[in-house]
Amino acid sequence: MNDMAADVREQADTTGGKLGMWLFIFSEIMFFGMLFLLYAVYRTRHAAAFHAAAQNMDTAIGTLNTAILLTSSLFMALSVHATQEGRKRLTEIFLSITIVLGISFLVIKSFEWLAHFHHGLYPGSVVLSRLGKGEIMFFGLYYVMTGLHGVHVFIGVAVLTIMLVLIHTGKIDKTKFAALENAGLYWHLVDIIWIFLFPLFYLIK
Amino acid sequence: MTQETRQTAPADYGTYLIVWLVLMILLAATVVLAKIDPLHLAVVTSMSIAALKVLLVLLFFMHLKYEKGYYGLMVFIPLVILAIFISLTFSDTYLR
Repeated sequence: MNDMAADVREQADTTGGKLGMWLFIFSEIMFFGMLFLLYAVYRTRHAAAFHAAAQNMDTAIGTLNTAILLTSSLFMALSVHATQEGRKRLTEIFLSITIVLGISFLVIKSFEWLAHFHHGLYPGSVVLSRLGKGEIMFFGLYYVMTGLHGVHVFIGVAVLTIMLVLIHTGKIDKTKFAALENAGLYWHLVDIIWIFLFPLFYLIK
Repeated sequence: MTQETRQTAPADYGTYLIVWLVLMILLAATVVLAKIDPLHLAVVTSMSIAALKVLLVLLFFMHLKYEKGYYGLMVFIPLVILAIFISLTFSDTYLR
């Protein structure tokens, strides 16, 4: 009888936890949604300038990073699946691959930023101030949006690393995997945001 | 035990792999199709493919396809709110 009560409570907790995670995701959608709106409004106002500024973006690097993030999402989903099947070793391998791919994304992104800095394309730079308002706006939005996204990837990597430790110590297993599932939802959200960032900054030019 | 314990393993490894393959094909498609000539057509194509990719991630990787119906409704509501924000803002900037 006590077992049953505990089981019901556990069930309610995991459902509540997942609902809470989704609510957090909605707040993130609103947060990034407003930035996308800002981008859309300025793009219609400075169409030519956005077009010109986008020529500075390297489509190949953007495509590579998109592929990396999509693949990391696959391994995240696989690792949740492996936990549900109770395959601890496999879960750890899949989750480690997810983390490595997340770090790779950040490393590539920072080299990309450094290349922009090298060309003098950063907020408040002399090169940028000689260009028009539209170009300044494009790079402003680029740094804010990819920067905030990068922060999310960084937090995601940290959270997934904690999950890896919890799996290793047996705190997350076949019977209790809600934390890993919710961390996975967050990681997929980060992927979703990038799926929209990629065409806006790298493709449309 | 409750009549409805945690559902285990909604999809299998193969399903996830196929979804990933489709995502990769869509990525290749969006890179190629971005070079379409009238710019507005390229914008529409890129954003449609992005929406399709996001739908796949939501349904399969985020398990919306396997969750109870109200999760889908929950996701729908903020998207409607966002659409209202966007349309109101654009009606303002266009008509000003």
